[in-house]
Amino acid sequence: MKSIAVRALIVVAILIGGIFCLLPTFVSSPLPGLSTILPGKIHLGLDLQGGMHLVLEVETNKAVENTVANIAEEIKDALRTKKIGFSQVDRTDKVNIEAVLPNSSQVSGFDEAIRNGFPMLTQISQQNTPQGTRVVLAMSAPEIAKLRTRAVQQAIETIRNRIDQFGVREPDVRLAGKDRIMIELPGVKDPQQAISLIGKTAVLEFKLVDQDVTEQQKESHNLPPGVKLYPMRSAGGTAPASMIALYDKTVLTGQYITDAKVGIGGRNSFGEMVVDLSFDKQGAKIFGRITSNNVGHELAIVLDGVVYSAPRINGPIMDGNAEITGSFSDQEANVLAIALRTGRLPAPVKILEQSTVGPSLGHDSIRDGVLASAIGGLGIVIFMIVYYSLSGVIADLALVLNLILILAVMAGVGATLTLPGIAGIALTIGIAVDANVLIYERIREELRLGKTPRAAVDTGYERATITIMDANVTSAIAALVLYEFGSGPVKGFAVTLFFGLAANMFTAIFVTRVIFDYLLTERRIKELSI
Amino acid sequence: MQLIKPDINVDFVKWRNKAFLLSGTIILAGLIVLFVRGGLRMGVDFAGGMLIQVKFDKPTDSSHIRQALGSIVSHDAFIQQIGAKNDHQYLIRTNTIHEELKSLSGVIENALTKAYGPGQKVLRVEMVGPKVGRDLRQKALQAIFFAFLFIALYISMRFEPKASAGLAMLLAMGILIYLLTELNINAIILIGGALAVTLALCWFLRLPYALGALLSLVHDILITVGIFALFNKEFTLEVFAALLTLSGYSLNDTIIVYDRIRENRNKDKRVPFSEMINGAINQTLSRTVLTSMTVFFVILMLFLFGGTVIHDFCFAMLIGVITGSYSSVFVASPILVAYEELRNKRPAVPASRRGEAGSLGAKNGGAGRSKLQEAKTLRRIDSASSQKEISGQESDEKPAAKPKRQKSPSSRPAGARKPGA
Repeated sequence: MKSIAVRALIVVAILIGGIFCLLPTFVSSPLPGLSTILPGKIHLGLDLQGGMHLVLEVETNKAVENTVANIAEEIKDALRTKKIGFSQVDRTDKVNIEAVLPNSSQVSGFDEAIRNGFPMLTQISQQNTPQGTRVVLAMSAPEIAKLRTRAVQQAIETIRNRIDQFGVREPDVRLAGKDRIMIELPGVKDPQQAISLIGKTAVLEFKLVDQDVTEQQKESHNLPPGVKLYPMRSAGGTAPASMIALYDKTVLTGQYITDAKVGIGGRNSFGEMVVDLSFDKQGAKIFGRITSNNVGHELAIVLDGVVYSAPRINGPIMDGNAEITGSFSDQEANVLAIALRTGRLPAPVKILEQSTVGPSLGHDSIRDGVLASAIGGLGIVIFMIVYYSLSGVIADLALVLNLILILAVMAGVGATLTLPGIAGIALTIGIAVDANVLIYERIREELRLGKTPRAAVDTGYERATITIMDANVTSAIAALVLYEFGSGPVKGFAVTLFFGLAANMFTAIFVTRVIFDYLLTERRIKELSI
Repeated sequence: MQLIKPDINVDFVKWRNKAFLLSGTIILAGLIVLFVRGGLRMGVDFAGGMLIQVKFDKPTDSSHIRQALGSIVSHDAFIQQIGAKNDHQYLIRTNTIHEELKSLSGVIENALTKAYGPGQKVLRVEMVGPKVGRDLRQKALQAIFFAFLFIALYISMRFEPKASAGLAMLLAMGILIYLLTELNINAIILIGGALAVTLALCWFLRLPYALGALLSLVHDILITVGIFALFNKEFTLEVFAALLTLSGYSLNDTIIVYDRIRENRNKDKRVPFSEMINGAINQTLSRTVLTSMTVFFVILMLFLFGGTVIHDFCFAMLIGVITGSYSSVFVASPILVAYEELRNKRPAVPASRRGEAGSLGAKNGGAGRSKLQEAKTLRRIDSASSQKEISGQESDEKPAAKPKRQKSPSSRPAGARKPGA
C-alpha cells in the first residue's frame, strides 16, 4: 500500500488539474496570453443555446450527370478540331454518351480521339444503323464513385466557406455518411438566410436573349432551335414568373469570378442593391469579346436557372466587371454575394433533417435541467449524511470531486454539454454514491461481525471494488455504444455518463479510501461514524 | 441509520414461480399490445415527420392551430398542450415532410403571425426525412445488438472463469457481428438470433450466471418497452438512449447479488443451493434497495422538474430502475435455482419446504430437512453465517483485525479470495 501522503498528493494534483481545465469555461480569459496554454472549454449543445441543425443530402447523381454532359460537349469540340463528322454526341442516360457518326470510315479516328482524350470513358457498344455508326460510351464505375466523393467533398468545402463568411460562431460542418452533410449552427439568428445561403447552388451563367421571339411563340412553345424559355425573377417572389427566351448556349460562366461584393447600383440601377462581380483576366477577355460582338443585344444573367436581369449591352465592357440587379434586400444581396464568391455547389442539395431550437427554449432547458439536477444532487448529499453520518460527508466530498472531474474532462477534450448530458451528470451523481453505498454497507457488515474499524474498512473496500467495477463496466459499455450510435443531444448524454463512470471509479473508491486511511492511521480514530 | 435490518431473511426464492408468472404476464401483455398496435408509436426521429413546439401569447386550441398551420402540417396532425395551462405551449406532431431549402421555423412563424398576430414563439422545430428515420431505426437496432453482445461477453467472462467458455462466446459473437456487417441481414432477426444463440451457449456451456444476467436484462428491456406500448407513449431517440443506458445499469443490482452468491457458494457446502441464494439476496438487499433509491430519486427529480424535452427519457429510466431492482431479486437469482433444478432434474428446494414452495417433487426429503435445519441453526448462532468465515480469512492476513467469535481459521491464500460486496 502506498503511503497516505503520496495518495493524498495524487488527489490534490488531480483536483488542481481539474480546476485548471475548468478555468476557461467559467472565467473569461483572465490574461490574454494565458488562453493559449489553457485547454478548451465546454461547449453548449444546440438544444441548450439554441440554433439550427441540418442534414443535407448532396444529389451526387446530378453532379455525375453534369460531368457527363460536360464531357459530351468536350467530345464535340475535340471532334470538330479533328474534323470528324458527327450527327449526334449527347448524354443519353445518367452515365452514358451516345455518338452517331454518319461516315463509318471515321470510326477509328473517333475511337482514337476518345482513347487519348477521354480515358475515363469505355465503349460499351457499337452498331451500324441507317443513320451511321452508333457508339455508346460509358463512364467507368470507379470514375463515377470518385466523382461522387469529390462532389460531396467540394460541397462541404463550399458550404463551410459560405458559413464562415456568413458569420456564425463555432459552426460545425461535417460529412455524415456517404453523401450527407451535417451542419450545426449554434445561435444562428436568421435561419432562413442561413439555409438559403447554404443551399444556393449558385450556378451563374450568361446567355444572350433572343429578342425576336414573340409572346405567342412563348405561349405555344414554338421556339427556334437552340432557344429555351427561362423564368424571370420577380421582386418579392409573389408575382407569377414571366418567361424570357434565351439562346441555350452559355457564353460565360461563374467560374471566372474572382470577387463578388454588395454595392449600390451604378450603371443600370440607381440607388438599388446590386452585387458587383469581378472576373479574372480570362473571364474579362471573354466578357469583353461578348460585349463587343453583341452591342445592342440583351445579355441575361442566369443564376440557378432563373434570369435575374437582362440588361442591354450599350458598349464593350473591357474592365471585367459586371453587376447583378434584382430588387434585392440587404440580406439577399449579401447572401448572393457570398454564394458567388465561394463558388458554386457541385450538385444541388436537399434537406433530409432540419431542427431549430429557439434561444428561449434553450435557456429554459438549462434552467430546468440544472434546477432538477441540483435538487436531486442535494437530496442525495443530505441522504448520505443522514444515513452514514461522517462517512456520508466523505462520500459527498468525493461526489463534489467527481462533478469537478466530469466537467474538467469535458472541458479538456472540448466536449459538448447537452440537456440529456445534464441528465447524464445527474444520473452519474446517483450512480456515484451507489459505489459508496456498496462499500459502506460492506463495512457495516464487517463491523457487525466484530471487526475493528481498520479491518472493516480494508475488507469493505477490497470486496466492494470489483463489484463496483463490474457494475460500472456494463454501464460504460452501454455509454460507449450509445456514443457510437447517437447524434447531437444523445451523444452528449453518452459523454457525460462515460466520463462520470470513469471519474466515479477514482473518487468513490480511491479518494474516499485516502480519507478513511488518514482518519484511521493518522488520527487514530477508534470508532467509525458510519 | 438503517432502512433494512441486517438480519432480514425473506424467502424470495420461494416466490420465484409467482414472480416468473408476474413478469411473464407483464411482458406478454406488452407484446400483445405491441402486436395489436402494429409496433411502438415511433417518434419523429425514427418515423420521419415534423415536431413543432410553439408558445402562444394568448389562449388557443388545437382546431385554431390546425387552421393556422393548414398549409404546413397535415390534417391529422397530433396537437397537444404541454406545460402549465396559462403557458399556452403546444406540441404539434405531423408526418408531413418539407425537403425544400427553407427555414421551417421561419415558415411556421410567418403562418402563425398571419393567424394570431406577432408574438408567437416557435420554440423548437424538428423535421426528419423518412430516409433518415429509416436509417436511424436500423442503426438503433444495431446499437442494441452490439450493446447486448458486449455486455453478454463481459458478463460471461467475469462470472464464469472458464477460458473455453469465454472463447466460445467470443467466437459466436464474432460470427454474429460478421453476419451483421457483411450479409446485411434484418437487424430484428439478428437481435433475436443473437439472443437465442447467446442463451443457448450459456445453457450448453453451463454458464448459469451469464444466462441469469442476460435473461434479467432482456426482461427489464421488454418490460420497459411493453409499458411504453401499454401507455402508447412515443418512442423517441431519447427513450432509446434510456433503454441502452438501462441495459448497462439494470445489471448493477444483479451483479451485486451474483458477486455475493459467488462469494458464498464455496463457503458452506451443507447449505442447500436455494437457501444459499436466498441468503445472498437477503444479505445484499439493503444495497439493492439503497442504490436503486438514490438513482430513482435523482431521475424522479429530473422527471418532475427537468422540463419537457427529457420527460420521456426520465419516464423510461424510472421504469427501468424499478424493474432492474425487481429482476435482480425475483428473476436473476431465482433463475439460478431454476437452472439448477432443470440441470440436475431434482428439486433445489428441499422437500421439507414443499408445502411453501408449491409444486416441487420430493426425492431426498429427509436429507433436505436435516441440512436445512443445520443451516438454520448455524444462522441463528452467527446471525450471518456466511460472513463468519470471511471474517476468519480476513483476520488471518490482517493481524489488526480481532474478530471476537472466530470459528475456524481458513488456510486459503489471499489470492484465491473471491470478491463480493
